Amino acid sequence: MSAGPTGVLSPPPEASDIAPRVDSLFGFTLVYSVFFTLLIAGLLFAFGLKYRRGRQTGEVARSRRASAWLEIVWSVVPLGIMLITYGWGARVYLDMARPPAGADEYFVVARQWMWKVQHPEGPREINELHVPVGRAIKLTMTSEDVIHSFYVPAFRMKMDVLPNRTTTEWFRAKKPGVYHLFCAEYCGTNHSAMIGRVVVMEPLDYERWLSGGGAEQKPVDRGEAAFLLQPWVRDMPQARHGRARAILTGLFRAGRCSSRRAGRWWRTTPMCGESILLPAAKVVKGYSAIMPPTRGASPGRTCCSSSPREVDGTGRREGR
Amino acid sequence: MSRARPRAKDRVDDHRARRELPPAIHYLNAEYGIWSWLFTRDHKRIALLYLFSITCFFALGGLFAVAIRLELATPAGDLVSSDVYNRLFTMHGIVMIFFFLIPSIPATLGNFLIPMMVGARDLAFPKLNLLSWYLFNIGGLLMLWTVLHGGVDTGWTFYTPFSTRYATTYVTEAALGIFISGFSSILTGLNFIVTIHRMRAPGLTWGRLPLFVWSHYATSLVIVLGTPVVAITLLLVAAERVFRIGIFDPAIGGDPVLFQHMFWFYSHPAVYIMVLPSMGVVSEIVATFAHKPVFGYRVVAVASLAIALLGFLVWGHHMFVSGQSALAALAFSLLSMMVAVPSAIKVFNWTATLYRGSIAWDTPLLYAMGFIGLFTMGGLTGVMVATLGIDIHVHDTYFVVAHFHYIMVGGALMGFLGGLHYWWPKITGRLYPRFWSRLSALIVFVGFNITFLPQFVLGYQGMPRRYHAYPAEMQVLNVMSSAGATILGLGYVIPLIYLLWSMRYGERASDNPWGSAGFEWATSSPPPTENFHETPVIDRGPYGYPHSEGVPGGLDALPGEQESGSLGLGGAPPGFGPGGAGGVSGV
Repeated sequence: MSAGPTGVLSPPPEASDIAPRVDSLFGFTLVYSVFFTLLIAGLLFAFGLKYRRGRQTGEVARSRRASAWLEIVWSVVPLGIMLITYGWGARVYLDMARPPAGADEYFVVARQWMWKVQHPEGPREINELHVPVGRAIKLTMTSEDVIHSFYVPAFRMKMDVLPNRTTTEWFRAKKPGVYHLFCAEYCGTNHSAMIGRVVVMEPLDYERWLSGGGAEQKPVDRGEAAFLLQPWVRDMPQARHGRARAILTGLFRAGRCSSRRAGRWWRTTPMCGESILLPAAKVVKGYSAIMPPTRGASPGRTCCSSSPREVDGTGRREGR
Repeated sequence: MSRARPRAKDRVDDHRARRELPPAIHYLNAEYGIWSWLFTRDHKRIALLYLFSITCFFALGGLFAVAIRLELATPAGDLVSSDVYNRLFTMHGIVMIFFFLIPSIPATLGNFLIPMMVGARDLAFPKLNLLSWYLFNIGGLLMLWTVLHGGVDTGWTFYTPFSTRYATTYVTEAALGIFISGFSSILTGLNFIVTIHRMRAPGLTWGRLPLFVWSHYATSLVIVLGTPVVAITLLLVAAERVFRIGIFDPAIGGDPVLFQHMFWFYSHPAVYIMVLPSMGVVSEIVATFAHKPVFGYRVVAVASLAIALLGFLVWGHHMFVSGQSALAALAFSLLSMMVAVPSAIKVFNWTATLYRGSIAWDTPLLYAMGFIGLFTMGGLTGVMVATLGIDIHVHDTYFVVAHFHYIMVGGALMGFLGGLHYWWPKITGRLYPRFWSRLSALIVFVGFNITFLPQFVLGYQGMPRRYHAYPAEMQVLNVMSSAGATILGLGYVIPLIYLLWSMRYGERASDNPWGSAGFEWATSSPPPTENFHETPVIDRGPYGYPHSEGVPGGLDALPGEQESGSLGLGGAPPGFGPGGAGGVSGV
């Protein structure tokens, strides 16, 4: 996966139209920042050494006219640089802020701690956004609870997602690949786990994905893919081979639950479903009950209507 | 250093003088006992009380920082749970900002020095000054109570509706703690404004005020005008949590962005509450150790006021991605950049002050130079984050974290440490070890840069702030940052040890060990309770060095040692105190 920067010091990939423009603007500010920092540091050291106490030349300070002239120079020069930076930054910003007419509109709903996306063609995704290369895509976003922020570093774009109102951002991806999606506005316990990925695809691949590859995926495969994306799973060696079952095998049978009955759960109750709806019902020893209950869903319906073996992604082997 | 020899001789003379005279009565030995401290109205003692309190809070905030950096040494969130981590960075922010940085210089050095610099016996309202310390501690104890009960997890910014509806921690109590300690800031600011207006010694015109006083004047204006706004805001947060009134929570008819406007209206100027006093310290240090008046005195003084004024007009740059209109973003971006102009003027003026000076590389100057360098970097990266096109990308990332640590730690804290080292002989009457103090200044500078430079890169790479776990490819820089934090921590522990040590065992300081022309050095070290035995009359600016008057060859003679200036108050510089050179007369 090429989600983030490749080198220790390299910027994130430039995957949108605007990204190289942001980088050149940043490069410009970086150049004069380094210049002035070195200038000041150099002068401090040069003066400090040249005029250190004990080796005096006995000359007097500059005349008044010279100092007035100097004050004007070092007020006007920074002002000029500021104005150039401002103008350049404003141009880039206005292009970021105003989506072109005819952009494809995707809808994003944020909640603690997941991203839900709906494509204009209909398919929905969680913590993932598949988009075709080269199309202007406008995200219309809202939140179900607190303020979040939809941030894709590779696109150099970010916008807060607010409850009770909508905000928008837009981009035109230019390089296929997989990129980080972060929540950038602190939103509570699992803020740093409210992440996902943006998959930029060639238009044909995207069509294929729309027409079945992704949207019509079997629940088992979708579950497995979502599971492998979890931050605490992603870095496991097994996850790199894309095999959820290698991680989960044994876990469901281990049954070290705090509840006395829990040892038999997998024969008596569909614990997976229960854990999604009422996570505090059974808690594994040594863990605290931090999962929020799922609102608006009732047992035996919606997501949990499928059997646990489909949800856990290992069902093909783990069936009772 | 070449300067050490005459100074050592000076000290010997001083010792001899002290042995012959009965021990001087000063503010530290005028009274003894715990009650003489707890009920003191002496601004100098209150300054020390504050110094004690804020040092405790700094240590606490530092411990939170240690835990944060330890957690971030690995990409997975494995040391503490997410909830604990969220509380750690929240408490780190709240404690460091509200209970250390905001009171740091004004309440300690400002409290101690402003009356002395304006030639007064005390602040205008000594009892209010003591009250402010008590309020500060009541707020602080409330904050400690929340820490002991698990802390707060909203981030120091208390963003709504998370803080008013979703957070289950002690948000109300923490908000009240900040609310109460806010009043201590207001009282201090009020005291400074009245003192500077009404209690200047005869002859001390506005044009002769030390730049330290100017910067505190600007700071006090910001405190008095801004703090009530954050107090109201936090009160509303508490009210919304308790009574469910709909101010900020959209579910009950409020607007979460309104909170951001109100919060940043204070909290952006708060940055200048932290850094302006530091700038004042740096102006004093640079003048003393370059043995020259500050270049462009008037410009530097006006720049402080300009920063204070502009500081109130830029809060919207914290909200570039909050959904505010493009027009607002464009206006706030432009105004934010304007702050860079007076800031740049100050940096250039300090640098120019060193030109053709007579520079002593003592510890305070090392800190001041550190300040200038780090503040320059903080300011320039501040321009970057004020640039709209860049900020959209780096907003709420480690780039911003690094930027504000360059301003607050690299700027405000370096200034505080520099000022503490500069005035330590005046405050305690003792000198600290030169070697250790210089070494620790160097360690702080190096450690600071290793800690926070990598965070700029991390931020540009997209690492969001307040992340408990982060992508594995970002580990190298995070480990570097954590390693730097260890060095930085060491740099803070060393001064704590030798400064405490010096209070008892340090070499006795003469009245004016740095040979400064500053008014506060004209009295004895430590000063008597009433600061000056006679009300001084002032007929010159605060930086009356012989160099500035074009006295050839006058550079090696410190003002205190000059024959014409050695009269009057304990080696007063020329032009200050009764009988000094330049036609001054005592009262």
